[in-house]
Amino acid sequence: MANLTINGKTFNVDVEADTPLLWAIRENAGLTGTKYGCGIAQCGACTVHIDGVAMRSCGVQVSEAVGKQITTIEGLAAEGALHKVQQAWINNDVPQCGYCQSGMIMAVAALLKEKPKPTDQDIDEAITNICRCGTFQQVREAIHAAASV
Amino acid sequence: MNQMPTFNRRAFVIGAAAVGTGLALGLDIPFGGPTVVRAADGSPEVNAWVVIRPDDTVIIRIARSEMGQGTLTGLAQLVAEELECDWSKVTTEYPTPGQSVARKRAWGDFSTGGSRGIRTSQDYVRKGGATARMMLIQAAANEWKVPVAECSAANSVITHTPSGRTTTYGKVVEAAAKLPPPTDVKLKDPKDWKLVGKGLKRLDTPDKVTGAMVYGIDVKLPGMLNAAIKDCPVTGGKLTSYDEAKIAGMKGVKKVVKVGDTAVAVVADTWWHAKTALDALPIVWDEGENAKVTSASIAQWLAEGLDSGPAYIGNQSGDAKAALAGAVKKVEAVYNYPYQNHATMEPMNATALYTSDKCEVWCGTQNGEAAFAAVLEGSGLPADKCDVHKQMLGGGFGRRGQTDYVRQAVDIARQMPGTPVKLLWSREEDMLRGRYHPITQCKMTAALDADNNLTALHMRISGQSILFSLRPEALVNGKDPATFAGLNADGDAALGYSIPHLLVEHSMRNPHIIPGFWRGVNVNQNALYLECFMDELAHAAGQDPLEFRRKLLTKHPKNLAVLDAVAEKIGWDKPAPQGVYRGLAQYMGYGSYVAAAAEISVTDGTKIKVRRIAAATDPGYAVNPAQIERQIAGSFVYGLTGLFYGGCTVKDGRIEQTNFDTYNSMRIAEMPKVESIVMPSGGFWGGVGEPTICVAGPAVLNAYFAATGKRIRSVPLRDQNITFA
Repeated sequence: MANLTINGKTFNVDVEADTPLLWAIRENAGLTGTKYGCGIAQCGACTVHIDGVAMRSCGVQVSEAVGKQITTIEGLAAEGALHKVQQAWINNDVPQCGYCQSGMIMAVAALLKEKPKPTDQDIDEAITNICRCGTFQQVREAIHAAASV
Repeated sequence: MNQMPTFNRRAFVIGAAAVGTGLALGLDIPFGGPTVVRAADGSPEVNAWVVIRPDDTVIIRIARSEMGQGTLTGLAQLVAEELECDWSKVTTEYPTPGQSVARKRAWGDFSTGGSRGIRTSQDYVRKGGATARMMLIQAAANEWKVPVAECSAANSVITHTPSGRTTTYGKVVEAAAKLPPPTDVKLKDPKDWKLVGKGLKRLDTPDKVTGAMVYGIDVKLPGMLNAAIKDCPVTGGKLTSYDEAKIAGMKGVKKVVKVGDTAVAVVADTWWHAKTALDALPIVWDEGENAKVTSASIAQWLAEGLDSGPAYIGNQSGDAKAALAGAVKKVEAVYNYPYQNHATMEPMNATALYTSDKCEVWCGTQNGEAAFAAVLEGSGLPADKCDVHKQMLGGGFGRRGQTDYVRQAVDIARQMPGTPVKLLWSREEDMLRGRYHPITQCKMTAALDADNNLTALHMRISGQSILFSLRPEALVNGKDPATFAGLNADGDAALGYSIPHLLVEHSMRNPHIIPGFWRGVNVNQNALYLECFMDELAHAAGQDPLEFRRKLLTKHPKNLAVLDAVAEKIGWDKPAPQGVYRGLAQYMGYGSYVAAAAEISVTDGTKIKVRRIAAATDPGYAVNPAQIERQIAGSFVYGLTGLFYGGCTVKDGRIEQTNFDTYNSMRIAEMPKVESIVMPSGGFWGGVGEPTICVAGPAVLNAYFAATGKRIRSVPLRDQNITFA
């Protein structure tokens, strides 16, 4: 059993301490916006914020997340208003299949917190999520659009 | 080694028979009538495609699957164009395959592959919209007791022009739904289109940025359990035994089940528990003869087919062999193209609920009716007791046109009646049990005359047929016409070049690895072979690669137009910047004409920076140019990932790459700037989801030659230690 704080809410999850946080979020907390893509922290589909830092939740054990503030895609919008990255994603019509976009958006939101006006090089270095549909061109445009808000 | 995967063939035959009269009857679209059919919320259907609520909101039914390619929005635009409804009030819904079969295939074909989503249904969905509009206007005219010719509709508002009276669709829909459908339905002239041709935003975006969109992997049902599966890693092998006692008592485990003759699944409370227990389960496989197969043994077998054995002729004119024998200059090269996994971001999954008198499945699928057939076959229940509820696909790329994972889910659920079970493949299972881009090699031989004109081309492809494994009924006298995509004499994948003596042939050799329709399918390797070799020929002829191609394309102005467009965009007539090199490619596939020009720089001969891409598409009609631009840009991610990182190799009969650490995919840092040119010339309907992929590789490889003087004839570049800069 572990207490996880996800999107400001406490979830008492009945899992082993070494369970990947991804699966506790999806199966125990029931928040399925965070996606499984590879299970080895390669693709970034499972990216969440842990104490404000973008982390690949398939590579984080539940025991490491106890006592920390976990934010998932469902918790990114504050008080009903979309985060500027989410809004930029809508304005720029970014998602294709959309499966990787929860993780992509979480990674970008963390980048903009650290670097409010990222250069293309900053984006290249920070955003390493896989998108098989190939939305990168729109992702880049939308990051710059969100940064200019 | 030359095996027929019996599972797939059986699945098709039984599946098609099980759907029975539904498939046999063909398309019988109900366009309204005296009996009003109602949607789930009670709102009346005007016809199968259009439901209108009293508040004027419009529900447009979409039979094809959305997997990111934008078809859902494009099809809705086509219906709405003819319906003359208010676009801001449009939502969409999927009818189920079960509903469609029960209504004599009211929605026609559900299959979404081959870039066909829009081009093979545009006529009847537009007719669905037009018919509904005519019935709505008629209902208003009846109410007003005025001639229908005096009424018109726009933006969901019907106007009686002489009096200026108006009403809305929502107010007359009940009456309209009771009217007989008109028999004489005329579609708009494309020049009058208002919604079609506009780069409208997708209808399905908002839920994709909040985590609310439900993909197959996200389905939740009351009392649902989760299953993880391992199939024999060597295709053709079988499950011998497993030691269930070793995982007895592991947390959450409910049951261990055999799935068919080849797989075992653990069912548990959560998927993580199921997977953990499955990884701990000792399993013995009978891997069979195929376990001896390696990439080297496949390559050797295919190489033999380049020179010997029977071959099927796909396109022929003149006497290529004689012309080659008398050539002034002969050019020859051998190319190869590897297996590739689709690697959809969402691994295969399906949720099934089986009871003695019902079987339902929830899954992402590119072919709802094929999934439905798999449910019928797996459950043994008749069509009226089965259904498939389509979910958003986390990528398809052709993989989800297959139904192996659906059948597995049903087989598991059948062993746990009354309990819904979600089967999810691990990424490793997804990599091992793919339906791979077929493997081929190709020997290209050409003759140039004394004036360096191309007089003969012999293209001999050796390798795998997709149809042989997945759709044997589509073979023609044992030959696979689909292998000649883009090399045909005519049709929607025709060769653009006019060559006096031509011979294109295929020596079919089918290794045990099951092939599949991988986004772009057979145009991918054929374009790489042809367009890289055309570059070799231009070089051998001492001619500019653009001019060399242009001379051969004079009889095919659409091919020429897209090639000219990218040449102009990239600035072919001006020198490239210092250290930057260019390459070109053009092709026809899926009824569309595509071309690309690449600008690259190369460091140390091994690090390629793709700086800029110009890409042109002529799809005839462009329903949504903004979405087409996205398909074009995305095609360079899929195509260049294939070129640089793709390639699944075989050792001990199994695929060696098991996850993204060994099967990499392009990241944003590697993404070139793609400048799209959407240039619809009108008069035909071509696809857009796939064709551009095939020009990505050759454009970059031809630029690589310009930069280094080296020809690369083997994919992926990873195996030659060439990578993105």
